[in-house]
Amino acid sequence: MSRTPLDTVEHAAATPDVELPWAELGLKKDEYERVVEILGRRPTGAELAMYSVMWSEHCSYKSSKVHLRQFGEKAPESDALLVGIGENAGVVDVGQGYAVTFKVESHNHPSYVEPYQGAATGVGGIVRDIIAMGARPVAVVDPLRFGAADHPDTKRVLPGVVAGIGGYGNCLGLPNIGGEVVFDACYQGNPLVNAGAIGVMRHEDIHLAKASGAGNKVILYGARTGGDGIGGASILASETFDDAKPSKRPAVQVGDPFQEKLLIECTLEAFREKLVVGIQDLGAAGLSCATSELASNGSGGMRVTLDDVPLRDSTLSPEEILMSESQERMCAVVEPEKVDRFLEICDKWDVIATVIGEVTDGDRLEIFWHGGKIVDVDPRTVAHDGPVYERPYARPSWQDELQADDAGKLPRPGTGEELKDQVLKLVGSPNQASKQWITQQYDHFVQGNTVLAQPEDSGMIRIDEASGLGVAIATDGNGRYAKLDPYTGAQLALAEAYRNVATTGAKPLAVSDCLNFGSPEDPAVMWQFAEAVRGLADGCRQLGTPVTGGNVSLYNQTGEAAIHPTPVVAVLGVIDDVARRTPVAFQEEGQLLYLLGDTREEFGGSAWSQVVHDHLGGLPPKVDLERERLLGEILISASRDGMIDSAHDLSDGGLIQAVVESALLGGKGARLVVPDGLDAFTFLFSESAGRAIVAVPRSEEVRFNDMCGARGLPVTRVGVVDGDTVEVQGEFALTLTELREAHEATIPALLA
Amino acid sequence: MTARIGVVTFPGSLDDRDTQRAIRVAGAEPVALWHKDKDLKQVDAVVLCGGFSYGDYLRAGAIARFSPVMDTVVDQAKAGLPVLGICNGFQILTEAHLLPGGMLGNDHLHFICRDQKLRVENADTAWTTDYTAGQEIHIPLKNMDGRYVADRRTLDELEAEGRVAFRYLDFNPNGSLNDIAGITNAAGNVVGLMPHPEHAVESLIGTGRTDGLPFFTSILKKLVNA
Repeated sequence: MSRTPLDTVEHAAATPDVELPWAELGLKKDEYERVVEILGRRPTGAELAMYSVMWSEHCSYKSSKVHLRQFGEKAPESDALLVGIGENAGVVDVGQGYAVTFKVESHNHPSYVEPYQGAATGVGGIVRDIIAMGARPVAVVDPLRFGAADHPDTKRVLPGVVAGIGGYGNCLGLPNIGGEVVFDACYQGNPLVNAGAIGVMRHEDIHLAKASGAGNKVILYGARTGGDGIGGASILASETFDDAKPSKRPAVQVGDPFQEKLLIECTLEAFREKLVVGIQDLGAAGLSCATSELASNGSGGMRVTLDDVPLRDSTLSPEEILMSESQERMCAVVEPEKVDRFLEICDKWDVIATVIGEVTDGDRLEIFWHGGKIVDVDPRTVAHDGPVYERPYARPSWQDELQADDAGKLPRPGTGEELKDQVLKLVGSPNQASKQWITQQYDHFVQGNTVLAQPEDSGMIRIDEASGLGVAIATDGNGRYAKLDPYTGAQLALAEAYRNVATTGAKPLAVSDCLNFGSPEDPAVMWQFAEAVRGLADGCRQLGTPVTGGNVSLYNQTGEAAIHPTPVVAVLGVIDDVARRTPVAFQEEGQLLYLLGDTREEFGGSAWSQVVHDHLGGLPPKVDLERERLLGEILISASRDGMIDSAHDLSDGGLIQAVVESALLGGKGARLVVPDGLDAFTFLFSESAGRAIVAVPRSEEVRFNDMCGARGLPVTRVGVVDGDTVEVQGEFALTLTELREAHEATIPALLA
Repeated sequence: MTARIGVVTFPGSLDDRDTQRAIRVAGAEPVALWHKDKDLKQVDAVVLCGGFSYGDYLRAGAIARFSPVMDTVVDQAKAGLPVLGICNGFQILTEAHLLPGGMLGNDHLHFICRDQKLRVENADTAWTTDYTAGQEIHIPLKNMDGRYVADRRTLDELEAEGRVAFRYLDFNPNGSLNDIAGITNAAGNVVGLMPHPEHAVESLIGTGRTDGLPFFTSILKKLVNA
């Protein structure tokens, strides 16, 4: 961009006919015209930079907003919600004066372009969201989806993503306690790298992103601003990939976890001393976002001198400084008399901090460069009044045919020997196999509060040493189910995450989501999105767990081929005493195995149909959220009263997958008996929802059965923890050694 | 009367609060020490905890060893102050030449986090008297640069003098020479190891084992009985 003469507000008003590169910056013609209308003149280059990034799909949610409103409109009454949608992250009351903030975000596109840095900065971004709420981050989780496990590009993307998550999160000192790893050819070229984080604070420590109080100072602190990540939000995350366009690699940011660790400690120290009026992290859209959001959420305006921003590269133009997505930066609003102390704390942690502006009486955001005013806008028009699209949507023409292709018609195993072969094939398939090769690259132990970590059903962190109060989190999503029926698929993701939290003994409280879809410009994709949001909002209302925030990632497609619609749902729960948690592993031989819930012939979208028949068709399992709630209550009561010693939710792979996992983790086998009314195949492989398997000590058998009976939950005795084989009586037996070999060898063989 | 055990926080230290907790669980009093401060606040022993001091930039521990606090730690360690270096702390101790050898990147080039089986080879150091020689324990391990290396003469010397304090059993997680997981200086007051005993002090947390607690009870007994 030319910088002579400086494109000030005055200059822009005097030169209405200057052509600006709005299309290159990702704006549509009518969007650019709207900017001109708002300002009553053409924008300056700097203003155009701000509007273009803030009005991008990634920052403005322009395609998804009309649907996302349902999360608010249908939100259930909840005493637990302290801060809802709209802030950096939602905040939930977990009792004893503690509040927990959590959120899941996507970093899909950058992770495909540059796996290590893309994934690393995804962790960095979500952690800054947590800090910005006033909380100390205590754990991270990473739901990941890749192309086919044996595709050569997966071997490029996955190891880089995993190393990036580990490299960043491990260095921050955050235990990685959960998440998923899923392979499906539909994610080839569009891997999903979602990142979640949890933070803990006292109620009184909640901070919000707003700039109030004229005269208060705006302090930028953390890393210097460089030329990296320019256009990350607008160019990278808001368009589909296209081979014809130039490489987008320079649009990916580069992370420095050491700097972020210092940022965490110095921010928390400033919070402790009550030095901060408002705070915002710099993520997508960098300073454009931080200044316009802080100003528009506060009571006044803001004046910023861009010359004062510390730079890595002195040749950056003001437009580039405003758009840069350099990582590890935060922006705080501080009362003038507290500025010195704030700067002192930053100095203690060797963090660069600079006053770059102040809150003003007016309602304008004004930015100066070399003495000239280059931005003069109403910050609301940048941050909140972006375009809103009612994108057309329509049920795709192929949906009926897909649903008619019933998985129930697929050939089933006829003999015990065939069953045995298919079980081995299933537990060794990439999606069902042990992910230890991946998760052992993450630190689970740091901070010394990890009670449960993957492969447990949910991750669990102790937050109070004296009382044992803890929180649990699970993330789930099943793109295959959602492809068959996006409404039900979204509810199944919610139901599974809810169940996973309850299975460990925690009470589900609230939801965050990461909605990964293809291009919103395709009516079929938009229909999937609308259905999934409707399903999730309805489900959350029914389960009484409000959506507290989340993230939408669109344009996950290459050419015409969109990913499966993939709503990923995170459920947060609370447990009064982590000593009562229920693990997945079998604990003691002789304990009785009970199947909770109803098993039906449901194979649509199942792991079995994928692994054995490479088939996707029919309908996903039915959802009964009242049943899920009842099952959850039983699991929580049983854990609290010591009636069960292990529990595992049943989901993809069905009962046999769950039993094999519990057996291998506990080093103890199981003898199973096919219950009356079921055939062995359905018993082992059905993916009916609303089910769990629990191990009950013999001394608790009567009490446990009475409780289930009194509350109307179907309960079936299906076997006993025993020996060193998993045996289905009359059908087959597999030794733990055989199962372990099948389960644990797959991922290292493909990726190590 | 209990012992006061200092825990140094460098920029990028991660396990400082965990180590303070472990000291408390053992019954001693933890004292926070700051890298820019030469003053050790009259503590009876010092732990250099795990983490990525200075981001492990340049080389793990290479920058931290030049911190003001290390001048005092080195002087007093030579005069007999008990010092334990865990993971990054071990790396700092080798960089500061309080312990011989050095650490390279894991031979498989990945970060590794696992419950690691060890054998206690030397139960006579200031930090290991509550173990018995030959005892097999499980302690969490988590590192990127944990491959212990030293020249042949140093290795022979360590082995001959019984200064290999801990050895990896069943599985060498990083390619360390002689399966070395931890070593001691000749006097037995300075010990360094890669695994994290502070993560194995409570039955409910982490791996559910408490095999790391004897590190902290050993030093407490030594200091209180002194």
